Amino acid sequence: MKLNAKSPEGVLAEKWDKHKFNIKLVNPANKRKYDIIVVGTGLAGASAAASLAELGYNVKSFCFQDSPRRAHSIAAQGGINAAKNYQNDGDSVFRLFYDTIKGGDYRSREANVYRLSQVSVNIIDQCVAQGVPFAREYGGLLDNRSFGGAQVSRTFYAKGQTGQQLLLGAYQALSRQVANGKVKLYPRTEMLELVIKEGKARGIVVRNLITGEIESHSAHAVLLCSGGYGNVFYLSTNAMGSNATASWRAHRKGAFFANPCFTQIHPTCIPVSGSYQSKLTLMSESLRNDGRVWVPKKIEDAEAIRQGKKTPEDIKEEERDYYLERRYPSFGNLVPRDVASRNAKYVCDEGRGVGKTGLAVYLDFRDAILREGRKVVESQLIEYNGSVKEYEKAKGKPYDELIYVEGKKIIEAKYGNLFDMYQRITDDNPYETPMMIYPAVHYTMGGLWVDYNLMTSVEGLYALGEANFSDHGANRLGASALMQGLADGYFVIPYTIGDYLAKIGHADKLDTADEAFKEAETEVKARIEKLLAIKGEKSVDDFHRELGKIMWEYCGMSRNAEGLKYAKGKIQELRKEFWSNVKVTGENDELNQTLEKALRVADFMELGELMIDDALDREESCGGHFREEFQTEEGEALRNDEDYAYVSAWAYKGENQPHELHKEQLTFENVKLTQRSYK
Amino acid sequence: MNLTLKIWRQKNNKEKGKMVTYKVQDISDDMSFLEMMDVLNEELLKKGEEPVAFDHDCREGICGMCSMYINGHPHGPERTTTCQLHMRSFKDGDTITIEPWRAKGFPVVKDLVVDRSAFDRIIQAGGFVSVNTGVSVDANEIPIAKDVASEAMDAATCIGCGACVAACKNASAMLFVSAKISHLGLLPQGKTEKNRRVQRMIAQMDAEEFGACTNTGACAAECPKSISLVNIARMNREYFAAKVASEA
Ligand SMILES: Cc1cc2nc3c(=O)[nH]c(=O)nc-3n(C[C@H](O)[C@H](O)[C@H](O)COP(=O)(O)OP(=O)(O)OC[C@H]3O[C@@H](n4cnc5c(N)ncnc54)[C@H](O)[C@@H]3O)c2cc1C
Ligand code: FES
Repeated sequence: MKLNAKSPEGVLAEKWDKHKFNIKLVNPANKRKYDIIVVGTGLAGASAAASLAELGYNVKSFCFQDSPRRAHSIAAQGGINAAKNYQNDGDSVFRLFYDTIKGGDYRSREANVYRLSQVSVNIIDQCVAQGVPFAREYGGLLDNRSFGGAQVSRTFYAKGQTGQQLLLGAYQALSRQVANGKVKLYPRTEMLELVIKEGKARGIVVRNLITGEIESHSAHAVLLCSGGYGNVFYLSTNAMGSNATASWRAHRKGAFFANPCFTQIHPTCIPVSGSYQSKLTLMSESLRNDGRVWVPKKIEDAEAIRQGKKTPEDIKEEERDYYLERRYPSFGNLVPRDVASRNAKYVCDEGRGVGKTGLAVYLDFRDAILREGRKVVESQLIEYNGSVKEYEKAKGKPYDELIYVEGKKIIEAKYGNLFDMYQRITDDNPYETPMMIYPAVHYTMGGLWVDYNLMTSVEGLYALGEANFSDHGANRLGASALMQGLADGYFVIPYTIGDYLAKIGHADKLDTADEAFKEAETEVKARIEKLLAIKGEKSVDDFHRELGKIMWEYCGMSRNAEGLKYAKGKIQELRKEFWSNVKVTGENDELNQTLEKALRVADFMELGELMIDDALDREESCGGHFREEFQTEEGEALRNDEDYAYVSAWAYKGENQPHELHKEQLTFENVKLTQRSYK
Repeated sequence: MNLTLKIWRQKNNKEKGKMVTYKVQDISDDMSFLEMMDVLNEELLKKGEEPVAFDHDCREGICGMCSMYINGHPHGPERTTTCQLHMRSFKDGDTITIEPWRAKGFPVVKDLVVDRSAFDRIIQAGGFVSVNTGVSVDANEIPIAKDVASEAMDAATCIGCGACVAACKNASAMLFVSAKISHLGLLPQGKTEKNRRVQRMIAQMDAEEFGACTNTGACAAECPKSISLVNIARMNREYFAAKVASEA
């Protein structure tokens, strides 16, 4: 099957406008005759549901949390990109497009990324109009910062809570439509199956998480906005409930899964502290602007630290290895996420990791504190005619201490809330001793394959936000996921869905009494009964932890063919064991959190295997996907554009059958493919 | 450390609940409170007993889902969310009492899980700015003073967890409602509909059977996000102004 991405013809900058003009419109009076299901209430789902309801469609909105406002998007910290060029520093739609394509290591589709950059400016206007309290400058205009090594300041933010504020904006817009009667909310409701008839998505089967009832919902189109699948790894920065079930069930029914092996591992997370660890906490990327990353040069020193015989302060300057600064003199501590993560792994693999487990590196603010402190103190010293004595006398403290105190104030103003959070979790004071960090799974670039209209390979089924694969290629830039989620929901789907709905007409909808629904319901019930009947020995978390370990070890920061093949076998064994030895207590007809987890972990295991297939197929290194066999002499990622400039789109072929690979060839007409270099 | 836990168990909304005592061993200081609960639940499960149901998701203190009433305080002894509370706040041999939020507006669903959909309905009553997608006003068209924007941000920081209601002897929802009214009312974009907003949200709050505010301030004292009582005063002012305006 040849995949048709439906990228419009013509000049890049005109594609979207032309496309909007060419697609069919639904007559305003007819919109109320169409029903749309939106699974997910994160940035993508809430913005889509609200916007579609405003247009007049009838929307049903689903989430598994107790309120739409709690979707995982709420946790995003850093910010959202937009090509507003408010700072007059040379940003433009084209620059954001270019940075995103290049950052994604040339594995995304030009037309989609350009559109994303175009609508980014509308997002900010929309959010401000909704009352999102973005940070502002003294003049009352919006403030920006530079994020993730970008060379322009295009990131808008609301303290360290940008995701929260954007989501509340979308949630409020959604709430307004609930009040208008155009959206019906289904919180604590989980989609467990997609219903298809005659090749078209017709609705979904859900479980009411409080009563356990299995219900069918029918619609003219189904939108999956169900987030990413980082929790395949068990430990990640994702929320505990984030899962792949909606996407995976749709995949089993015919939706292709694209680039599943493209996962993003974030370099600055709080390290694992024990086997009971349930999730990992992100420390904002911005910390790398001032923190210096290091480990001891000597393995003996690292060992002594691990055993508690030495502290970081005991390691003299010349005994420290600031390995990012050493290896990447021009970018230093600000190399992209994938590079920083991989290097942390290398030094820990060498035995130079710190912390109790040896799986941590230092992020040290000492020099930043002293540097900033010196600036302040030197400027104050002028008032005392440059006399240190006078100055010390007036301030009542020794000079060196004054430098520290003043420097600490500056660092506190910048990162105070992050330092507090770190101290709350680790009980260490990062002003006095270096932070410890380690990479953790953070985001999944892969997802359901979609065309330019965000439609999957199943007609009438769409995927938005992190659930699709569309815009970030092999690596996502910081502050671009929020942008993409809202672009999809506010500014793309409201147009593109009309084309399909107008084509099928409002009569083309299935009754939930149809056998297609009944069959899907039966399938779901059987799956649940099967799980409850196993009554094995091991908990769902036991299996999930094991799966995570396999994935992290063999399909994490770096991969090789041998390891991947081994891991595939391991997962198959684990899956078998799961279906014969998992213990799920309780019944279906009640709030049963163990059952919820079991259903999700069962799907994670299948997806894990596909991620491995994909990683095996891609015999090159690009972005977050690092194949050890394919690296330059200096140990950097070696891309192979000749053979691998494609999107892998995998088709499900049945239980225990190998997946089938379809390739969407990527063509680049507006950018030149270059090798990323941060030396 | 070893601990004794007294936990509220309730099968569902219809049946009566009761406190049940459990023991947990070898709890480490570095564990979060919810990880300690995970340990208990794994043990229960392996014994064939039903794990304790509780709400949680982000475990980063931002989604507002976790909601345990610990030793007489919503979210426990520290000023943070349950998920950000760590076991180093307790000591070996402690007995810890764990209950759900208790309020008429938040009926218990199971064990420690309550129904907070009343909060959603209050927002639906008016906690928004009435703009459709596709506004064409540039974001920098209306400057907003930095201090006003950050005051709005402080109010908007509310995570909707409901600790304020759980902390209040009258189970009042004033802090939650006033935070949203402040957030939107402070900004030029939200000012236009402020009379309507405050009246409708308060009417909905009353309909959900949240109690009256008697200014004891327990809500703000226990709020994990330090939402200030100033918001309640501001809401009251807006409410009376709106009343006068609608009666005039
Ligand atoms: C800690 C952290 C910080 C981040 N910071 C940033 C940042 O600063 N900038 C940035 O751009 N990005 C950031 N990201 C990434 C970004 O937050 C996410 O990619 C984005 O929010 C995903 O949004 P979404 O709408 O696609 O999905 P989500 O917000 O994950 O929402 C998924 C929704 O689907 C629902 N759902 C899922 N499965 C089902 C089912 N089976 N049935 C019913 N409902 C279901 C859930 O209930 C939820 O409502 C961060 C991510 C993390 C983890
Ligand atoms: S679990 Fe999200 S705030 Fe506690």
